[in-house]
Amino acid sequence: MSGFAEKNTAITGVGMSEVSRGATKSALALTVDAALEAIADAGLTRADIDGLATWPGERADGSGFSPVGCAALQDALRLELGWYSGGGEAPGQYGAVFNAVGAIAAGLCRNVLIFRTMYEATARKTAYANSLLREGQRQAGPFAWYAPYYTYAAALQQALYFNLYVHKSGIKAEQVGQIAVNQRRNAALNPNAIYKAPITIDDYLASPLIATPLRLYDCDVPIDGAAAIIVSRMDVARSLRNPPIRIEAIGSSMQYRNSWTQLAELDTQAQPKVAEMMWGRTDLKPADVDIAQLYDGFSFHTINWLENFGFCERYGAKDFIEGGKRIALDGELPVNTGGGALSAGRLHAYGAVHEACTQLWGRAGERQVAGTPQVCATSTSGGPLAGAMLLVRD
Amino acid sequence: MAARTLPVIDRDNEAYWTWGSEGKLAIYRCGSCKYFVHPPLPFCPRCESRDVAPQAVSGRGRVVTFTVNHKAWVPGLAVPYVLALVAIEEQDDVRLACNIIGCPPDSVAFGMEVEVEFVQAEDIFVPLFRPVRA
Repeated sequence: MSGFAEKNTAITGVGMSEVSRGATKSALALTVDAALEAIADAGLTRADIDGLATWPGERADGSGFSPVGCAALQDALRLELGWYSGGGEAPGQYGAVFNAVGAIAAGLCRNVLIFRTMYEATARKTAYANSLLREGQRQAGPFAWYAPYYTYAAALQQALYFNLYVHKSGIKAEQVGQIAVNQRRNAALNPNAIYKAPITIDDYLASPLIATPLRLYDCDVPIDGAAAIIVSRMDVARSLRNPPIRIEAIGSSMQYRNSWTQLAELDTQAQPKVAEMMWGRTDLKPADVDIAQLYDGFSFHTINWLENFGFCERYGAKDFIEGGKRIALDGELPVNTGGGALSAGRLHAYGAVHEACTQLWGRAGERQVAGTPQVCATSTSGGPLAGAMLLVRD
Repeated sequence: MAARTLPVIDRDNEAYWTWGSEGKLAIYRCGSCKYFVHPPLPFCPRCESRDVAPQAVSGRGRVVTFTVNHKAWVPGLAVPYVLALVAIEEQDDVRLACNIIGCPPDSVAFGMEVEVEFVQAEDIFVPLFRPVRA
């Protein structure tokens, strides 16, 4: 398995701003905090950063979904770049990483600062109580097909996929709830998590129904915060202070209809062929994975990824997560070890990469998975968008 | 009930959002190979024909998937209500987002047979679906 560009890249540093339900500083200031921490963690300085990437790029719409783009951060840090890219048409949130891999392979840069900033907690206290519809404004683009039907939030159209999954798999609510319960248990050991008070399956079942089958505790937590990672060319990575976390394989494909209504298999969304691509670029197998940081915009995404990564059979997740033991910190496959977006906050898959590296570097404190985990599977997902990465500590 | 948020009308989607004024559900269809193309576009991805135009379909379909929404996202929103994807009777891979009306939300089921009904909002005739009357 050689000749794949990602194998010549590694994560060399990570950073995270304060994450809160209401920030005391601006989104750009939070982004600077995360970026400087990641640069210092890698043992670099601003002068060493010659690439910059984010997903989905600046959206100056007041929604807080992506208030900071490359331009603002490049200027704030006065970076001198050989390459930069921020845009939403990509295989989900990790599109920024995949682009960086390509840019490094093309010789455009050596150390890429990748970031994701959210300011949704503040935005939702003001005008943006719902995330998809702007009342009184006509809608264009792919969500316009949903617009007239009171589809106020991603929860509603994602619930369409998840309800079909429930129908086909026969998963029960008390099994689904193991994802939220497990992640809250992990969050209690994460000083930076938003919600740390333990919850039980009964608490889960008593939490308000949002849109069947989604309950409140199935949904990630809007926050203000930023995460950043440094992706470096491998020869550079090997000269830096942290053991490189190699990007062993990526899955970036789009082989289904890129549509929120016409996607072929609604209940698995776009995950299966993305996972298949990732496994096709490595000799490692699902059994080699020590920990998993699986996308959890909604708990069902995590459940879907357990199956689509091949950790269990199709529709076998309900048995895999039953009782929660296998996915716990001391289980056979610890999942979302920092509390994930459900309990630590919605950093939109970049909190997951941060946590992956924290575990692989053995820095996770009370929540550190025993036995020095070396291989982590991580993923993003949402309707027709999906991306996957296999990370391996050198 | 809260006002429906409406789509921007363009060349390709105009028939879909307006033919309801005559009680017709308009889906683009290839004149050459007869494939229904949705979202609407005057190009057939199956045979590459440009001879693709809106055609009135039966208005019947089946519920592929659905969700019962319980959260009152905005003031004045009556809950619960059903959001669904309905596949048209003529072709299984043409799926239309819609609300299911005319029945209790908890009676909606996978595979349920439904038929179209339109509700006017400004210049748009929004397709909704209700259970097929026995």
